[in-house]
Amino acid sequence: MKCRYTIFYIMIMAAVSGQAIAQQEQDLLSLLGREETTEYAAASFKTNRVINLHSLENTSSGVLDAKISHRFGFLNRGVYDLFGLDESTVRIGLDYGISDLWTIGMGRSSFDKTYDAFIKYKLIRQSSGLRNNPITLALLGTAAIQTLEWANPKRDNLFSSRLYYVGQIIIGRKFSNSFSLQLSPTLVHRNLVRTTEEENDVMALGIGGRIKLSKRLSLNTEYIYVPSGQLDPKYRNSLSIGFDVETGGHVFQLHFTNSTSMIEKGFIAESVGNWGDGKIHFGFNISRVFTIVKPRE
Amino acid sequence: MFTRFLFTIFLIPACTLSGTAQKYFSKTAKVSFVSEAPIEKIVSTNNSGYLIMDVATGQLEMSVLIKGFQFDKALMQAHFNENYMESDKYPKAFFKGRITNISTFSLTNEGTYQAELKGDLTIHGITRPFSTQAKMIANGGKVSAEGNFEVAIADYGIEVPKVVRDNIAKQVKVSIRADLQKL
Repeated sequence: MKCRYTIFYIMIMAAVSGQAIAQQEQDLLSLLGREETTEYAAASFKTNRVINLHSLENTSSGVLDAKISHRFGFLNRGVYDLFGLDESTVRIGLDYGISDLWTIGMGRSSFDKTYDAFIKYKLIRQSSGLRNNPITLALLGTAAIQTLEWANPKRDNLFSSRLYYVGQIIIGRKFSNSFSLQLSPTLVHRNLVRTTEEENDVMALGIGGRIKLSKRLSLNTEYIYVPSGQLDPKYRNSLSIGFDVETGGHVFQLHFTNSTSMIEKGFIAESVGNWGDGKIHFGFNISRVFTIVKPRE
Repeated sequence: MFTRFLFTIFLIPACTLSGTAQKYFSKTAKVSFVSEAPIEKIVSTNNSGYLIMDVATGQLEMSVLIKGFQFDKALMQAHFNENYMESDKYPKAFFKGRITNISTFSLTNEGTYQAELKGDLTIHGITRPFSTQAKMIANGGKVSAEGNFEVAIADYGIEVPKVVRDNIAKQVKVSIRADLQKL
């Protein structure tokens, strides 16, 4: 009886200690627990623009992003203008990442001889791990000064009439490695409008997305819906489709769009092109980044 | 009765011993790599590697989060994660193996030992047999470890497009430094 007890005891003990050893052998690292880090979703878009719209991405901290954006003339001009290639509208801009959360930028567009500046702040960053956020939410504020000569210099013209402001919320998610989607509710304020039928404040909703076709190529689309009654009926909702091609330090964005302007107040509220009539531009944005301040170790 | 008692006292310590066998660990192992190619030299460091070793069995495991590698250029870091290491798919690189000559060590005394490591290295989701040497310095209950080795990136399915083949080395030099403490 005594002996049977002992054998039983030994067997249990052996099983317990054996199991303990086996467990150690299998997974030593699990003793240290999970890494306590927060991983932020990165590269939801290849640059900080979808096409015209600001994307979920900011310029990285300490990085200067020089952008040259170009829109040729309308495609429907035919062979006479070589499908619009004879005409061009340009914006030259510089964006800078003050930190990973704050980006500032400015630019100058040939369209309406307009200077613009923006500030963008990431309020929520999509992340997993210690801190879990399903979405990214950014706030954008822009201002633009149109510097065309006054149409009627004899009138009492005010400088404030040249000013435009835009407030935008960018909310979106990188759903997978290859698919990102964002919504951009926007308010455009114009100090002066051409006719009394037009609203000074225009509400709009932008939607933008991208699908990666390969590691270095993605298909981007954006559409901006402006509820009717706010603008002159000649203005149309902006629709753009294009590709992002990434080559080392450059990103080339090639696209078709019915918007001529490349800044918010313009492409949201002043797009006259019509996809149905071939009144669309071929255009490109070239982005080149320079590291100005290296991150500290 | 007496035999049972005897077995009990004999087995309990044996059991607890195996449970608390001497282990050393670090959560701040420094993993750096250098890629020296004709056009570009790329250096990156991750200061939060996990390393644990069991002195009783010689077992050693290490893991490092790919997204934790820091670069001088933000875009380089983005490309490293997105295009080369695919860190969304393969978040970690890890080594699981054994110090084959651990029986010759006595880490409780001061001394320097040459550890022979043998096991499996997993990078970019690909596991390959791997062996290298590492130096272990025991000093007053603490152990510091350092190792250097080279990794052929093609072995781990990391593709380098032709346009940048002069920017990225085929062999990447990896170095690891860790100060281990008792678990």
